[in-house]
Amino acid sequence: MDRKQHFKACTLNTAGVLALFALLALLIHFDVLSRYHQGILVLVGINIILTVSLNLATGFLGQLALGHAGFMSVGAYTAAIFTKAFPDIPELPRLLIGLLLGALLAGIFGLIVGIPALRLKGDYLAIITLGFGEIIRVVIENISITGGAQGLRGIKKLSTPYVVFWVTVIIVALLYCLIRSRHGRAIMAIREDEIAAESSGINLTYYRTFAFTISAMLAGVAGGLYAHHISILGASNFGFMRSVEIVVMVVLGGMGSFTGSILSAATLTILPEALRSFSTYRMLIYSIALVAMMIFKPSGLLGTYEFSLTRVLQKAGRLFSGKKAQEAKAPVPEAAASGKEGKA
Amino acid sequence: MMDQLLDLTRQLLNGLQVGSIYALVALGYTMVYGIVKLINFAHGDFIMVGGYVSIVAIPMLVSNGLPAWLCVVAAVAVCSIIGVVSERAAYKPLREAPRISALITAIGVSLFLQNLFMIIFTPNGMPFPNLFDKTPIILGKIQVSKVTLITIVVSILLMVGLNLFVKRTRVGKAMRAVSEDAGAARLMGISVNATISATFAIGSGLAAVASVLYCSSYPLVDPNIGSMLGLKAFVAAVLGGIGIIPGAMLGGLALGIAESLTKAYISSKVADAVVFGILVVVLLVKPSGILGKNVGEKV
Repeated sequence: MDRKQHFKACTLNTAGVLALFALLALLIHFDVLSRYHQGILVLVGINIILTVSLNLATGFLGQLALGHAGFMSVGAYTAAIFTKAFPDIPELPRLLIGLLLGALLAGIFGLIVGIPALRLKGDYLAIITLGFGEIIRVVIENISITGGAQGLRGIKKLSTPYVVFWVTVIIVALLYCLIRSRHGRAIMAIREDEIAAESSGINLTYYRTFAFTISAMLAGVAGGLYAHHISILGASNFGFMRSVEIVVMVVLGGMGSFTGSILSAATLTILPEALRSFSTYRMLIYSIALVAMMIFKPSGLLGTYEFSLTRVLQKAGRLFSGKKAQEAKAPVPEAAASGKEGKA
Repeated sequence: MMDQLLDLTRQLLNGLQVGSIYALVALGYTMVYGIVKLINFAHGDFIMVGGYVSIVAIPMLVSNGLPAWLCVVAAVAVCSIIGVVSERAAYKPLREAPRISALITAIGVSLFLQNLFMIIFTPNGMPFPNLFDKTPIILGKIQVSKVTLITIVVSILLMVGLNLFVKRTRVGKAMRAVSEDAGAARLMGISVNATISATFAIGSGLAAVASVLYCSSYPLVDPNIGSMLGLKAFVAAVLGGIGIIPGAMLGGLALGIAESLTKAYISSKVADAVVFGILVVVLLVKPSGILGKNVGEKV
């Protein structure tokens, strides 16, 4: 990629993120968003992290994982226990260290769960993660450090919309860079064809475990944020249905599209809040949506499409300059390729 | 010493009872996996469906003067129909699709069944009526409940029957042929679709029988009873060697005994964890299962 163009794209994206942040800060500052709305925004951020991280394992690597809520709970309890144990550290670093520790422990669990299943060909990861999600819940309810069945209480509400915003932005950016790197291409190659990937010198077990562990770690971060948002943790927050909800968000948004994940996570978080009466039938509708999606559009609503600010601006620019640009026959912009690298 | 031995026998019998239920459910997983290479997540939910169908059917049977255990017939019929319909509606369009699509569909079907029954019958559990009288049978020095014996005997009969069916009948031969090579089987004039439907029907029917046996000893039916039981049965199928019918029986019995001994001698809380510990060990040591053979992959 041309260095100058690369620099331009980076500046553009940073500007875009800053503009979004400014919008958020203004809305909160002028009380347009009530505390209730801010709470929903925090949940949107957390669900975005969960969805993009699961997308790495399910969409980009092609392994169905059904225990994301389990990894989330590991991160949540670790972070919460840490911040409760060290009340003297200033708030922001305390939360961040807690999140890091949560990510670390969730990653270790991810390794332990992933290695036996990911060495093999086949769908064992789905079963083993499903089992993990159930067992971790029983464990949490039966040990004392997590507060047992009463739950962990008195966690400080450290997850402000600003913190969640930046953590989400950083994670999405990191994942995007990962997927466009050599490692990301290896991961997608495994999804497309294991045998071909292996014969091109890609270590299947290594890359599968690598992607899955990162996915588990990020679920841990989301869990940590969640713990410091709801302030009372119970094992029932992390049941199988929570894992399934995240899978639904990934599948509907598009397996292999971060843009799709972000959109579907936001929509499926806000929609149930807006339509309360819908909640009885929510899971029934989700289940039908899953089956229908797989039959009619298995790649999800957005497929592997990625939104690109550079591309949008270029298109807008061409639209305004009209004929001139067409006559000049501008070379195919590199940004146009950036969204299509998934399947191509 | 004698007491300990008696206690051990009792635990083994309990294990055999649970294990034969696991085995019946595992057979369905293994047959379906053998023929379409799909983990049918919805299979566990047929247990739940069978339980609810029985609850609805028993009062009707009793009011017509028929014995209550005939609810098995209703459960088997309904579960087989749901099994075949779910295959036709959800899995058949995806036979050539990537495996992950089929897996997600299976999760979808499972969720659909659970939530449908949750809306029809409310999420709270419903009591399952008594099918067999409670007087225990005395064998030498140990007392065994009738349900335990019936469960073990019925399961063994069904397993022997299934084995004979798969080995001796035309449909059974077709099943083996399709699971070995669907394309070649089609060329030999076997109707692949009909064979797959038959497999789903038999597998779901076995789950329905397992359901009635299970609910007779744990008499509370709620929309989620199938998920954990189904998961354990899947572990049993992997333990025995997925796709191998005798493997499912062996795996089921072994898993049941392991679980019941853990409950008796270690702690009932870790029993579930032990089951998944077994899965991890199997996957690490011999992923093809106890009876499985290592088969190279054709490229």
